[in-house]
Amino acid sequence: MNTAVTLCGIRMDNPVMGASGCFGYGVEFAELYDINLLGSFSFKGTTLHPRFGNPCPRIAESNSGMLNAVGLQNPGVRQVIAVELPRMKQFFHKPVMANVSGFSLDEYVQTCALLDAEEQVGWLEVNISCPNVHLGGMSFGTEPAAAAEITRAVKAVCKKPVIIKLTPNVSDIAAIASACEQAGADGISLINTLVALRIDIKTRRPVLANRTGGLSGPAILPVALAMVRKVYEAVSVPIVGMGGVSCVEDVLEMMLAGATAVQVGAANLVEPYICRDIVEDLPRAMARHGIEDLNDIIGGIQY
Amino acid sequence: MKQGNYRVLSNRLIAHATWEMVLEGDTGSLKRPGQFVNVQVPGKFLRRPLSVAAWDNATLTLIYKVVGQGTDLLTRCRPADSLNLLCGLGNGFDLSPSGQHPLLVGGGVGLPPLYQLAMDLVKAGKQPHLIMGFGSSDEIFYEDLFRRLISVTVCTVDGSAGIKGFVTQAVPPKGSDYFFACGPSPMLQALCSWLPFSGQLSLEERMGCGFGACMGCSIQTTLGSQRVCKEGPVFAKEVLIW
Ligand SMILES: Cc1cc2nc3c(=O)[nH]c(=O)nc-3n(C[C@H](O)[C@H](O)[C@H](O)COP(=O)(O)OP(=O)(O)OC[C@H]3O[C@@H](n4cnc5c(N)ncnc54)[C@H](O)[C@@H]3O)c2cc1C
Ligand SMILES: Cc1cc2nc3c(=O)[nH]c(=O)nc-3n(C[C@H](O)[C@H](O)[C@H](O)COP(=O)(O)O)c2cc1C
Ligand code: FES
Repeated sequence: MNTAVTLCGIRMDNPVMGASGCFGYGVEFAELYDINLLGSFSFKGTTLHPRFGNPCPRIAESNSGMLNAVGLQNPGVRQVIAVELPRMKQFFHKPVMANVSGFSLDEYVQTCALLDAEEQVGWLEVNISCPNVHLGGMSFGTEPAAAAEITRAVKAVCKKPVIIKLTPNVSDIAAIASACEQAGADGISLINTLVALRIDIKTRRPVLANRTGGLSGPAILPVALAMVRKVYEAVSVPIVGMGGVSCVEDVLEMMLAGATAVQVGAANLVEPYICRDIVEDLPRAMARHGIEDLNDIIGGIQY
Repeated sequence: MKQGNYRVLSNRLIAHATWEMVLEGDTGSLKRPGQFVNVQVPGKFLRRPLSVAAWDNATLTLIYKVVGQGTDLLTRCRPADSLNLLCGLGNGFDLSPSGQHPLLVGGGVGLPPLYQLAMDLVKAGKQPHLIMGFGSSDEIFYEDLFRRLISVTVCTVDGSAGIKGFVTQAVPPKGSDYFFACGPSPMLQALCSWLPFSGQLSLEERMGCGFGACMGCSIQTTLGSQRVCKEGPVFAKEVLIW
C-alpha cells in the first residue's frame, strides 16, 4: 500500500498537511503529537513587515464552520527566519511550506526571495487573496493578469517550487489558475476562505470588528471540491486541495476531485489531533475503498 | 493542555440563567486558578471557553451563564452524559505577587475562577476580601460558599441586594494591597483606574482554538501582541492598554 505522493518534485510520506493560519509554526501541535507524521504543513501567512492584524472580535461561528478576520497577524519575515524557523527545526524535520502574503508586488517578491533561501522551506505558497494597495485594494487574486504578474515576479526570484494559493471569491477560478500556470506557477492551492458576514441581531452590528471575515470549515467542503475539480480540468500542474477537510474520507474525496496534497485548516482548531488521526486512518480507509496507491485516485472522479 | 472526555456528574440551575456543572475526568493539566477549558458542545462547530471554578484530582466545576445557543445546549446535559474538553488552557492567576490582603473583584460569571483562587489564597495563609457584583439579586450565586472562606461584599446594579451600584461603589477593606479580578471588560477597565494598587485581570475574547494556534484572540499590550488564550487570559494591570 502506498500513501506517498510527490508535490512539485518533493516526495511526501502522505498527502496530509496543516493549512496556513490554522497550524501556527507547528509549536502548539508538536506539544501534542509528533508532527513529523504529517506530509508537511504550511505555516502562518508571512509578510515583509510585522503585522498586528485586525482588532477583536476576529472570530465568529456559523453552522458547521467559522469566520475569521485575523488580518494576517505575523511577526514579519525577518523574525520568522530568525526565530520561528530555527525553533521549528528542533521538532519538524521535513520540508515545510512557506505561506507568503503581501500588499504590493514588491513585498511579495522580497518576502518570497528571503524564504526561498531558507533550507527548511520546501515550497512557497503564495496567497494572492490579499488586497493590492496600489490597485485601490482590489485583490491580486481576482484578476488573471494581476495573478500572472505576481507569479512571474515571484518565480523570477525563487529556486523552489512556487504554488499560488487562490481565493474562491472570483467568477472564474479556472481562468485565474490557467493564468498562473502560464506565468510559471509550479502548483496551485485552493481554496482560501469565502467572504462572509454575521450580524448580532441585538446590536445590529457585525459580529466581527472587521465587519466581514473568511468562512472555513466543513460548511465549505462541497464548494472547495467543485473548485478543485474545475481547476484540475484547466491546468496540468499539481493541486493542493483544501476547504472543510476534517476526516480521512474528505481527504480521499479531495484527491478524487484532483488534489495531489490536501490541507486541513479550521478542523485543527476544534480537534487538535485531527491531522494525526487522519494520517493514522489513511491505510484503513484505503483498504476499505480498495485503494492500493493513493496516486491512482488523483483526479479520478468518474462521470 | 489535555484533550479528554469528561462525565457529567451534575448540571443544575443555581441562579437566574446561571448553571453549575460538575464533571469527572482527568484534571492533571490544571495547574493554577484562572485556567479554563474549551468545551465541545454537540451541534456547534467552535468549542466554548469556560473558566474552571474549582477542581480536585478527579472532578472539575464549571459555572456558566446562558447567553446564546451554545450555553443553552449545555443546559441539556444530564448526569452520565459525556463532554469532550480541552483542559488546562491559559496561564491562570499567579499568587506570588499578592500581599497579605488581596482584594478579589468579580462581576457576574466572572466570579467562577475567583472561587478556586480564594481557596488557594486562604491555603497560602492570605486573607482575601471579595467584592461580588451582579445585575440583580436573582443572579447571585456562590455567596454562601465564598462566605465560608473569606469576607464578602455584595453589590447589585438595581440595589435588590447589598450595595446598590457597580462593584466600584464598594469600599475595599483598609490594608488591601493587591487585586485579582474577572468580569465584563468595562468593569475591569474601571477597576484599573479605581484601585491604586497593582493586580491581575482575567480577560475574555472570542476564540477560535483556545490553545494558541489561530491568532484569533490577540490583543495589544505593552509587551506587544499577546494571545488571550495562551499568554492570558490573566494579565497584569500594568501591561493592559485600554
Ligand atoms: C477564557 C474565558 C473564560 C470564560 N469563562 C466563563 C465562565 O466561567 N462562565 C461563563 O458563563 N462564561 C465564560 N466565558 C464566556 C463564554 O465563553 C461565552 O459566554 C460562551 O462562549 C457563549 O457561547 P454561546 O454559544 O452561548 O453564545 P453565542 O453568542 O451564541 O456564541 C457565538 C460564538 O461567540 C463566542 N462568544 C460569545 N460570547 C463570548 C464571550 N463573552 N467570550 C468569549 N466568547 C464568546 C462563543 O464561544 C461562540 O463561538 C469565558 C470566556 C473566555 C474567553
Ligand atoms: C484562523 C485562520 C487563519 C488563516 N490564515 C491564513 C493565512 O495566513 N494564509 C493563508 O493563505 N490562508 C489562511 N487561512 C485559510 C486556510 O489556510 C484555508 O485555506 C481555509 O481556511 C480553508 O480550509 P479549511 O476549511 O480547512 O479551514 C486561514 C484560515 C483560518 C481559519
Ligand atoms: S483562540 Fe486561537 S490563538 Fe487564541
